[in-house]
Amino acid sequence: MAKVVTGTRRNGSLFGVPLMGEAVLLAVAAAAFFLFPYDLGFLTRILIMMIFVLSLDLVLGYAGIATLGHAALYGSGAYAAGLFAVHVSGDPLLGLGAGAAAGAAMAFVSGLVLMRAHGLTVLMLSIAVAQICQEIANKARPVTGGADGLRGIRMEPVLGLFEFDFVGQTGYWYALAVLSLVVLVLKRVTASPFGLSARGIKESRQRMTAIGTPVYWRLVAVYTLGGAIAGIAGALAAQVTVLVSLEVYSFSLSAEALIMLILGGTGRLYGAIIGTAIFMIVHHVAAAVDPFNWLFIIGGMVLAVVFFLPSGLTGIGELAGRLAGRAK
Amino acid sequence: MTPGLHVRNLNKNFGGIVVAKNICLDLRPGDRKALIGPNGAGKTTFANLLTGVLTPSSGDITLDGVDLRRLPEPKRVKVGVAKTFQITTLFRRMTVRENLRLPILEREGMTVGLLRPADSYPRVEDEIDHLLGEFNLERHAGRIVEELAYGQQRLLELALTLALNPRILVLDEPAAGVPASDSHLISEAIARLPQDLAVLIIEHDMKLVFEVARSIIVLVNGEILTEGTPAEIAADQRVRDLYLGARHD
Amino acid sequence: MSLLLNIAVDGIAYGMILFMIAIGLSVTMGLMRVINLAHGGFALIGGALTHWMMAKANLPFLAAAGLAIAATVAIAVPLERGLYRRIYCFGELQQVLATIGITFIMIAAVNLLLGSTLLAIPLPDGLATSIDLGFRTLPVHRLLVIVVGCAVVAGLYLLLERTRFGIRLRAAVDNRGAAAALGINTGRLFAVTFCLGAGLAALGGILGAELLPIDAYYPLRYMVLFLLVVAVGGMGSIAGSFFAAIGLGLLETASRYLVPDYGTIFFFACVMALLAVRPSGLMGRL
Repeated sequence: MAKVVTGTRRNGSLFGVPLMGEAVLLAVAAAAFFLFPYDLGFLTRILIMMIFVLSLDLVLGYAGIATLGHAALYGSGAYAAGLFAVHVSGDPLLGLGAGAAAGAAMAFVSGLVLMRAHGLTVLMLSIAVAQICQEIANKARPVTGGADGLRGIRMEPVLGLFEFDFVGQTGYWYALAVLSLVVLVLKRVTASPFGLSARGIKESRQRMTAIGTPVYWRLVAVYTLGGAIAGIAGALAAQVTVLVSLEVYSFSLSAEALIMLILGGTGRLYGAIIGTAIFMIVHHVAAAVDPFNWLFIIGGMVLAVVFFLPSGLTGIGELAGRLAGRAK
Repeated sequence: MTPGLHVRNLNKNFGGIVVAKNICLDLRPGDRKALIGPNGAGKTTFANLLTGVLTPSSGDITLDGVDLRRLPEPKRVKVGVAKTFQITTLFRRMTVRENLRLPILEREGMTVGLLRPADSYPRVEDEIDHLLGEFNLERHAGRIVEELAYGQQRLLELALTLALNPRILVLDEPAAGVPASDSHLISEAIARLPQDLAVLIIEHDMKLVFEVARSIIVLVNGEILTEGTPAEIAADQRVRDLYLGARHD
Repeated sequence: MSLLLNIAVDGIAYGMILFMIAIGLSVTMGLMRVINLAHGGFALIGGALTHWMMAKANLPFLAAAGLAIAATVAIAVPLERGLYRRIYCFGELQQVLATIGITFIMIAAVNLLLGSTLLAIPLPDGLATSIDLGFRTLPVHRLLVIVVGCAVVAGLYLLLERTRFGIRLRAAVDNRGAAAALGINTGRLFAVTFCLGAGLAALGGILGAELLPIDAYYPLRYMVLFLLVVAVGGMGSIAGSFFAAIGLGLLETASRYLVPDYGTIFFFACVMALLAVRPSGLMGRL
């Protein structure tokens, strides 16, 4: 009996070649490195945001958890990595571990409360969690530096070999390596039985309960995993910019991540990557051209996507692919 | 203690409204029982009490001696009590195969697996193939559920529920909404159900009930009016009055 | 004792402002099931227009406020008809995003026309003073806000309970399909309700300019607050919104007075606790 390839259709091969998508991504990233040698800081920020939005895709696009407070997990990772570097060790990979653990812990604890709620209440609670985190970071001045930010982070070379430089070359490749790893891990997870059950919960909680799934705990698990990845993104940001400010918990960060994800398209992993790239580039260019009116452009873009491209930009790709497939 | 599901003096009320009153019922392996009654009699409520969607106000529900009352819905599924929904509840934007894959993986406790692709377990895929064959859904295997005809969706829901390997199967109006031309698909599928399965069908479609059931229970206003063989029920004057209306001369 | 009175007066006034602004949001969410993150934008528009008319056209406070509220409603009409009508059918997430987009555009518009600085609404002399009640002096402004707030509640109560419009509105909130099947023109009902909510938000924004300072980023900064009133009070419930608004107003004020260092944390922690225990809010129907 022919096994229909369904599980991998959503987030797998490009043009039928496995890992083709990843290869394209790496090629583009490498090209960018050489084409824009003076914008490495900005490009690295894009890579870090991609990791953050990927974690949101897992939580929202796959499991259907609507959150406007994802920054709480990112910020926890950032502060954890920053504090780790200041007080324990400047080793970058250990710092990533600290960030992942902090993001996961914050997600687990807040998830216990969040997953009991639905709809608007989840949105509100997620916002509340992020605000509380921001306030605590603000008040804990002696530890976090408060509104001035956490400084004094000194990073050791990655793997003991690659020192962080001022131009940002090491930072760029480091972030790209982490991003690539995250993409590979998420591809596995979303295609796994765990990932399938997450999608099932998003489709129909009632049905999942009726097949014996402990929906609440499954959601807490997904959220915790998402938190770990968001924490890694935050940790990377702390390590590459050697500064952690209160902005890592900001509502606008959560909202922008959501916009980037919807722009690219949820539930496809590649949507997160493309949406982030386009949003940040448009923001960068628009802000440079006219810093006061870029909100018009972003607002217009969001409305255009929601009204005309509900599946996001990658939705067009999939539609084209299906049409092309039918034409054969 | 005889094997099977035993319901004793089950009561459920919402405030002052009594929806189930002193219901006693046995479902033994191999039983084919139907639950009929007028609208609002409390049939779906009873099904929900069995599966754990609702908790009883008083009374016992035991399965092979195990008290089910404190088990929430997902746990009851694990011990073998499963139900199909009156309104088709499937994973609409997933494929037919995925709809069958999930319950199997969940049943086997494999849904905590993170590393291997969900479709890479040969035994699971074989079981899916078997179910597809049983329910004549092979050619729809890769299609999205939304695209299926309603009758086929009902069949899929039955297949999905069977994939849970239940011991007690409650079918909540399996023929509801299915066009008359397709209802034979449902009755044939029910006829092919495993012989050691205990099946309770809640239905309005009398043709289906009389085809499939070996014992019929009549529920009125939350209480059992009578239970008997199809012939007995068909001849029972009270049941006739119920459905056709009594003449008051 | 006087501290308690201060907290009470400030808190209730603050709560009234929150109520006036959030009530439109609550009814919109309960009726049209739309999560409208841009609702605070109506308060912004009302306040911004009032500021502009007072500063540039030299209109007195009452005239400027009145015109501004009318103008806000006038803006809400095409917005509802053109944009929101389509948003009603969207999924939750799409609604959140679409209304975030609308919020951004509102902010950018105000920014473009009036800049990003504070848009002050100077109160007329009569309101800027304090009144001597014998045992205490209280700011007239706060008292006015409380009085207007009560008037709004009373007016809404009468509207809902005593008019045909009110009955139709309550029916539609309860069961939209059934109401439409009964011949209630839900489209027009939505439009009127939406614009009413916008007008009330404008009123709240103008009166509350001292408590919630107005600048271009107003809708984003206070969006969380308005959503909290709706979430805590329960969607579609006017009584719920009222009690939630007053409660949150008092809680926030009390936090600021009593535990200023941890006010925000305490506030959000309380809200979280409440929502964790009662996810549908105080009087929610969902």
